[in-house]
Amino acid sequence: MKLTDILIPLIISAVLLTGLIKKVDVWSEFVEGAKENFKTGIGIIPTLIAIITAVGMFKASGGMDFLTSAVAPVTSLFGFPAECAPLAIIKPISGSAALAVLESILRANGADSFAGRVASVMMGSSETTFYVLAVYFGATKIKNTRHALFCALLGDLTGMIMSAIIVSLLF
Amino acid sequence: MLKWIFSALIILSFIFGIFSDNSKNVSDAVLSESVNAVNLGIYLLGAMCVWGGIMRVAEKSGITDALCKMFSPLAKFLFKGISPKGKAFSAICLNITANLLGLGNAATPFGIEAMKALEKEDNCKDTASGNMIVFAVLNTASITIVPTTVAALRMKSGSENPLEILPAVILTSAATLLVSLSAALILNRIRRKKN
Repeated sequence: MKLTDILIPLIISAVLLTGLIKKVDVWSEFVEGAKENFKTGIGIIPTLIAIITAVGMFKASGGMDFLTSAVAPVTSLFGFPAECAPLAIIKPISGSAALAVLESILRANGADSFAGRVASVMMGSSETTFYVLAVYFGATKIKNTRHALFCALLGDLTGMIMSAIIVSLLF
Repeated sequence: MLKWIFSALIILSFIFGIFSDNSKNVSDAVLSESVNAVNLGIYLLGAMCVWGGIMRVAEKSGITDALCKMFSPLAKFLFKGISPKGKAFSAICLNITANLLGLGNAATPFGIEAMKALEKEDNCKDTASGNMIVFAVLNTASITIVPTTVAALRMKSGSENPLEILPAVILTSAATLLVSLSAALILNRIRRKKN
């Protein structure tokens, strides 16, 4: 049994128990809270459909492969392993596609190779940028997200460069 | 912004599809990916309802107040002019707690709630406020303490020690967070909102 397996039921039970002790009507409050979020959740689905369909079409068209092969010569300039370039491109756009790419890098180069470690670190160190922004802003009426995407992608770029530097320093 | 990304992705996939003879796949993706999106939405919906219910119980029991006190110095530093009694503040604190515990599925519903509350409190029309940007960026670079999926994949690929990457992951995500958050805070100062 892992700690992470206990965590969620533990938190939920602890919250309910505290509520009962404080004489909160936990049942109606729970249903009320769920009802509020139900409306928000339904509201996000159209945004998700728009982003995920567009990204899926782009992947299916072979555009992603073109992009990764175009970028590989540039990334290898600063010591970033060429094998990991596809992951760096896909990671911010699609979490599930990134996982598939990581799997193929680990299989082709070995999990304990330089490329394998860099790919693992990159994958573990950030979220799927486009997905987070689409879900978070999709729940609001915001049309102009200003510099949100730029800052998030700057973070992804940092993660890419730092993963190569830190792995070569630590191993 | 979104209108350009959306249109560019679709128009480019039409062009690439013709040149690389993938038009059939592109056409199939329209239907299959939109269905995937709905499935994902339904999945999120369940998680959102459960955590929305729990959050409300936690609120009424005074748990969120206690958590907010803990994170309040950090939140006050990151979010300008935020009211410590507002809904945005408590949702942000719950989101940070869930992220630190590695509960991604719980962090998202709190994050969405925080975005909606920030939108209201910052009086946004259709332009994101500085606080909304900082909060969204914080979540794209979110610190993962144990990357379980990656470790599982490494184990499957025959790694001698799947978790040996842990220190590197923590250092890298700290660097990522530092750069993207500083960029957001600096740009918020330079590029004042016009509306």
